[in-house]
Order: sequence, then C-alpha cells, then structure tokens
Amino acid sequence: MKTEYDVIIIGGGATGAGTARDCAMRGLKTLLVERADIADGASGRNHGLLHSGARYAVNDRESAAECIGENLILRRIAASCVEPTEGLFITLPEDDLAYQAKFVECCKAAGIKAEAIDPKLALRLEPEINPEIIGAVKVPDASVDPFRLVAANVLDARLHGADILTGWEVVEFIKEMVTITGVRIRNVKTGETKAVRAHYTVNAAGIWGAHIAELAGAHIGMLPSKGALLVFGHRAAKMVINRCRKPANADILVPGDVVSVIGTTSDKVPFEECDDMKVTRREVEILLTEGSKLVPSLASTRIIRAYAGVRPLVADDSDPSGRNVSRGIVLLDHSTRDGIRGFISITGGKLTTYRLMAEMTTDLICRKLGLERPCETAIKPLPGSEKEAERLPKKTWSVGQKAAFGRHGGLVGEMDFKSSEEICECEHVTRGEIAYAVRELGVKTLDDLRRRTRVGMGTCQSSFCVLRAAKVLAEELGTPEAAEQLAKDFLRERWKGIKPVCWGDQIREAEHMRNLYKEAFK
Amino acid sequence: MQETNISPANLEMCLKCNICTDVCPMYAVNPAYPGPKQAGPDGERYRLKDPEFFDAALKYCLNCKRCEVACPSGVKVADIIAVNRLKYGKPSHPLRDRMLASTDFVGSMASPFAPVANPVLGLGVTKSVMDGVLGISEHRTFPKYSSKKFVTWFKRHAAEQEQFPRQIHYFHGCYVNYNYPQLGKDFVRLMNACGYGVKLLEKEKCCGVALIANGFGDQATKQAKINLESIGKADTEVLTTSSTCSFTMRDEYEGVLGLDNSKQRNKILLTTKWLFDKIEAGEIKLAFKEDFKMKAAYHTACHMSKMGWQQYSIRLLKMIPGLELTVLGQHCCGISGTFGFKKENYEFSKEIGQTLFDDIKAAAPETVITDCETCKWQIEQFTKVPTFNPINILAQAIDFEKTQTLNAN
Repeated sequence: MKTEYDVIIIGGGATGAGTARDCAMRGLKTLLVERADIADGASGRNHGLLHSGARYAVNDRESAAECIGENLILRRIAASCVEPTEGLFITLPEDDLAYQAKFVECCKAAGIKAEAIDPKLALRLEPEINPEIIGAVKVPDASVDPFRLVAANVLDARLHGADILTGWEVVEFIKEMVTITGVRIRNVKTGETKAVRAHYTVNAAGIWGAHIAELAGAHIGMLPSKGALLVFGHRAAKMVINRCRKPANADILVPGDVVSVIGTTSDKVPFEECDDMKVTRREVEILLTEGSKLVPSLASTRIIRAYAGVRPLVADDSDPSGRNVSRGIVLLDHSTRDGIRGFISITGGKLTTYRLMAEMTTDLICRKLGLERPCETAIKPLPGSEKEAERLPKKTWSVGQKAAFGRHGGLVGEMDFKSSEEICECEHVTRGEIAYAVRELGVKTLDDLRRRTRVGMGTCQSSFCVLRAAKVLAEELGTPEAAEQLAKDFLRERWKGIKPVCWGDQIREAEHMRNLYKEAFK
Repeated sequence: MQETNISPANLEMCLKCNICTDVCPMYAVNPAYPGPKQAGPDGERYRLKDPEFFDAALKYCLNCKRCEVACPSGVKVADIIAVNRLKYGKPSHPLRDRMLASTDFVGSMASPFAPVANPVLGLGVTKSVMDGVLGISEHRTFPKYSSKKFVTWFKRHAAEQEQFPRQIHYFHGCYVNYNYPQLGKDFVRLMNACGYGVKLLEKEKCCGVALIANGFGDQATKQAKINLESIGKADTEVLTTSSTCSFTMRDEYEGVLGLDNSKQRNKILLTTKWLFDKIEAGEIKLAFKEDFKMKAAYHTACHMSKMGWQQYSIRLLKMIPGLELTVLGQHCCGISGTFGFKKENYEFSKEIGQTLFDDIKAAAPETVITDCETCKWQIEQFTKVPTFNPINILAQAIDFEKTQTLNAN
C-alpha cells in the first residue's frame, strides 16, 4: 500500500466502488476506504432492482432517462450481475386506469420502451400476479445483484491498480490551508491510525456522507429515509412487478437470485438510527398487505428475513428550508460550493445509476487534474461479465458450479470445483467458491462472505452451514482459532433479520437453530 | 399476519435438517446422487429461478418415498423430484425406457406368445443382446409371461361372481394380468370365501408407475384419467393386490401428475387393509386350515411404508395360526420397479438390497411375503427364497368352506 494517491474514495458502496474502478481505469492512483465491508450500507440493502426508469417517468423525467440509459449499459457490462427478467406495471381495480395512459406516454418521452398489454397476456407472462388486474404495461426492468455488482467493481478497480481498504474509517481530514490533501484513517478493529494523502478526496459514503462532509468542514443537508423490505423463501414471481400508480409503499416485487423481495416503505429517521436499522411490526404488516395485492401468493409464502436500508436523500441546495428533496444525482464540487479544495461529494442517485455517478465524478477529477482520459466503464465489461463467459460448457457442471456461475459469471474459471462438497446447501456454495472469495474478494467475516457468495442467505439462514462455513473461512484466513467467534457473530447478525418475521415455518427454523447452538455455544 | 405458509409440495416447510438424506437408500451407495434434500427442496429453489439447474443425477431417485416418510416437516421431497424429472428429464435410453415403461403394451404383445417368449427371454444370447443393445442388465430375467391372461380367465367366471350378494371391484394391475394370474385367482377365491363376488372396472389401464419413473408423464396422465373415471363409476371400493398400484393411484396421481383424485382416493384400497378393517368391524370372519404350517418373513415394500399400511398386512398374516412370521427391518430391496432392470443401475440395485438379503438369510424362512411384485422379483433373484403376496398366503391358509359358512349371512 502506498501513502500518496491521486484519489481517495470514501465509501465502499456501489458509487464508491464504481468511482474507484473508473479512476483506476483512467490511470489514476486510487485508494478506496470503507469502514465496514463493501456493499454494507444502502448498496446492499435495497431491492436489487435495475430500474428501467419507468417508476420515475411521470414525476422525474431526468432520472427516468438516466435509468434507462444505465439499464441498457449494465445489461452489457455487468451481464453476470443482471438478470433480464423484464418488468410489469399492473393496475388494480382500486387504482385509476387513467394513470396508465399518462405513465406510458411519460415513459416514451423518457426513452423507455413501455408497452401497454392486455391483462390476459400479462397473466400469461406472469401467472402469479393478481388475476383481478385491469391494466398492465411491460417495461425493461431487470434484477441486479447489488453485492456482486459492487464486488465486481472493487475487483476490477484492484485489477487496475487501485488499493482497497475495508475495515478502516476516516477520522480526520488533512488540510493545508483551504485544500484537503488527505485523510487520517483508523483501523476499526485494532484502533491503529495512519495518514494517506491524495490530490482529491471523494465522499461517496451515502447517508454517512453528511458526517464525512462535516469532518471536512462542509455541510450537506441530508434526510435519512428508511426503506424496509421483506425476503421470501423462493421466487414468488419471475418478473419485476410494480404497481402502476404514484410511487407508494410496498409496490415493487423483485426476483432477487432465488428469492423474492418486496419493498419498500419510506420513513424519515434520525441519523443515530442509520447504523442500526430495525424493521418494525408495522412495516412488516404494510409490506405484506400491500405486497399480497401485487402477487396474492405472498400472503402465505414463507418470509425468511426483513431488512432496511437508508436512502441518502439530499436537500436541494437552492431551497433554504431543506424540505425540497432532490432525487437525482448530486455531484458537489466543494471548492466552488464551500471553498474547500480537493474535496468532492457524490451522492443521491440510485443503484441503477451508480456507473454514471462514477463517470461524472471521475470526469470532474480528470478535468481538475488537467487530464484528458475518456471514460471506458460503459464499454468494458466487469470481471466475469465478458462475452466469452456465456459460452462456457455449463451443461456438464455440478449444481454448485452453476450456482457459482450465476453469482460470479466467468470468474468461475478461477475456482476449484474438484470437490462438489457444498458448505451452504441452501445456496449451493462449495468450498472452492469460498476459497476464491477469501483469496480474491477481500473477505474477513462470514457476513462479508455472505455478500460475496450467498452463504447463509437461504431458507435455513445459516442454521446448518454456519459451523462448516466458519471452519472453512477461518482456515482460509489462516486463523483456525477464530472459527467459533466468526460463527457466533454471524448467527447474531442473521437473527436480527429473522426476528421481525418470526412466525410460520420461519419460527420452526429459528427454534431449531436456537436449540442447535444453545448447546454448541454454551 | 400469516397464519400458515403454503408452498408447492410443502417446499418451504423444509428446515434443511437432512433426515431425508440420512434415510435415502440411493444416497448411501451412490456418490453421484446428491440426496433427496439437494435434489428436492434445495434444488427446487434454484430450478424456480432457471430450469438449467436441473441435475441429470435426479434419475437415480428410486421414488421409494422414504424421504417423505422420514421428513418431520411434511415436505413432499420425492414428489418434487418426480415432477422435475417429468418436466426436465430426458430418457438415457429412449427405446429401452419406453419398452420398460409400457408394461401394458409389452404384456399384451408377449402373453399370446408366452411359450416362445419366456424361453427366448431367458436365453443367454437374448440377454446379452438386450444388455448390449437395449441396456437391460444381462443379470436380470424378465418375470415370466403367462400364456393366459387373468382377464381371459376372469371372463369365464364373471357370471358366477355376479351370484354373490355382496360385490367388490378389483384392480388387477399388469403383473396379475400378464405374468401372475394366480394372484388374481387367489384374490377371487379369498373374496368368494368372504362372501363377496368380484367385479372388474369398466376400463382398467396400467396405473402408470413405470411411465412416471421413465419420464412418460403425458402417457401416464392419459391412463390415470381413464382409471380415475372407471374408479369413479365403481359402486364399491376398488381393491388391489399391489402396494405400488394402490400408492400410485392414491398419491402419485395428485402429487406428481397433478390430477384431482379426491373423489376416488379413499375408494382405492389394498386388499389386506380392506380385509383387516372388515374383520375388525366384525363384518368378515376368517377360518384357517388346522394343518397349515409355514415359516415366513414379511418384507415391507417402500410404498407400503409410505402409505403406512404394512401393519394391516402383518396383523392379518399374524391371524394365521400355523404361520411363524418374522417381520424384517425396513430396508429397501433396491429394485425400484424398472430401475433395477437397467444395466447402469444393476450394481446399485444389488448393493441397496444387501441389508435386506442378509436379514432374509439370517431369518431363514421358507417363504418371504411382501405386498409388492417388484420386491418379489428382487428378493427371489438374490436370496432364492420363493416370495409371495399376503393374498397368496391367505388364500392357501383359509379353510374355504368354513370361511364361506361364517360369512354366509
């Protein structure tokens, strides 16, 4: 690791990882600093929806146009993270069908291919939707795996020479007069601190960016908005299902890998809660009631988890009351805005537009550095998403290998599948995939491993794989004695998501898990 | 909030405990088989995402349903596997599989030529041709075809059957019809002793178990519909002398073929269950020959234990004073119908059955008794102990006249 960089990026979410990749690809000496793990914040706590932009078409044409542009790019460059499920906007009898016409028109104006179809055809395309629908529009929505998307960006940034530091937080900015020349960072676990310097420091810390900006001496008016989601045990529908009305609670159901995710809610929360989001009973009720209107079978489908993320909503700089919120991309050059040089904030936006946000940020840095280097992130595929990956001989593969391909695309070539032993059986994660993740994807805890591989994300929520996974991870990390602690931490983390939805089959599972480990971890 | 969770085949009730894998006879001998949990509920979540996750190794499932018997959560593990095999599986040897599956068709072709067909099928040269060309294990001998079909025999006796005051329907199945009419005749004799005349269904087709196992779901569905219609029309219960025929029509028609058999299901009974219930209710009495003596061992067929009906056969057999009966431990015999006939499965089939064969040898019975015809073939091949259906034994053991008198009114 160096001590001098061109750029330091704070935040290992999609935006930070994308910016690190873009900067590194343009030849900048880049460091990414993340206090926890990549995709640990809002980037890993959302729907996993690759917006077509249709949701924003009526109210925010600019965002809608950005979304469809990025949607088409990511289908190519992040093929291994995107599943082209397509989406439907359905109108229920209680909704105003007149909205649909306006919606289709606005989609077209934003460049989104939206096609009103016969409700009967919609039911044929997706038999699980509410059979009482009175209208349906087909849109190019897709499902995107946010964990793998961020991991692929981080990996590619590293392959282009970037340094990645997870488990380090920024505690102080190093300032020379009005210029920020670096940051002091602290190892979250050991408390060790060190200084790193760079020409530019990028704040890509999502909702935590407000705090980062304060540290740098700037103020960004941010409004934390909590969004809660529920995970169902298997795919309840194969397409993205949206409600065709003014955006509201629980009106999007997304098939995320092998599960279905319904969300979200929208509630203002104080900053203190952002580090420890808990889903309430009321939120679960709303999600379940409203979700069942989209897909009736959700009313009786097992829920394996609830989780919540925080949207980094940014108050419009032009509105002194701070009440007007900008939903678009917010790129702040603090030298012109606040007179602080060497500091840039990138926030707002969406998971779908992360690449564009990274491109805008990197363009600004290059401009400031006087470099003319074109952005290539829209044309060069992410690792694992290369065209050749599609031609791999999948027919002869084991289920574990196929599942790993679904998660890592062409990178399966770097994994060892000689043993088909599955560590996590729900999600078909083999030992070879875990070894690869530890070796190449910067895994330190079982929760990190989960974000890279889906370990423990299945219906048993790690009841049966936690000990095996902890042992393998501890061995791969070279600290076999750490296995028990790794397992305990992970079980605690899993329990947090199970607790709000603990009934039906899930309570049986939880009881089973409790009985297993109350003996094991006496 | 949600009071119950509902999922296809109870997929999501799976707690991942692996008890099913622990009892799976195939998993124990074949490392290429991922086991029922992986093949069933675990694999299903991924197949729902993309059928590409279908694993060809699912062909190794014996459909013995032991996983479902063991599952503490009520997951229909084997149904999930069977449905996927029908949806995505491809026959490894289309001609052979078609031939093995079409018990009805092959039986009706072979029966008239039985005197020729039987010795020819038994010839070494035929066997090696079938082994090489068809992939049917040369270690196997087909059950002999009868030169006279059960149905032909029955037609000549149908008029006498109508004379009985009480009537019962019989679903004879392919094996009784083409290979072993004696079992059907024993059934008729037993029913007559109990005061019942026997009627056949308006139309009877093979229950379809071999079609389902070999991937011919459409044909199985066609035949199932014909059977369900006939059974629906029958004005009495419909008895079988095969645990697998009963099980298939009661459970597989709904769970695997997705047909509604709710009106017919409770009418379809195995004879031993029906008879036991009638005796318990005091409606039928049996009298046994005083000089009947036999040392036998009872083997519970997998599908018997799936239905939970072995107790009826065992307790019925235990009523026979001269029968010394050992009840064997519940181990799969390994044949699984047509599965064991396939060349590539022969060794697995033999290995799975080994515990049972050893137990039989240790018990040293004169005969083995089981409710399943394919278990019979397997046991006879590997232990050389003659094997019968409980109905054969009961028909032999009863004092016909006395029983008839007891049940006269």
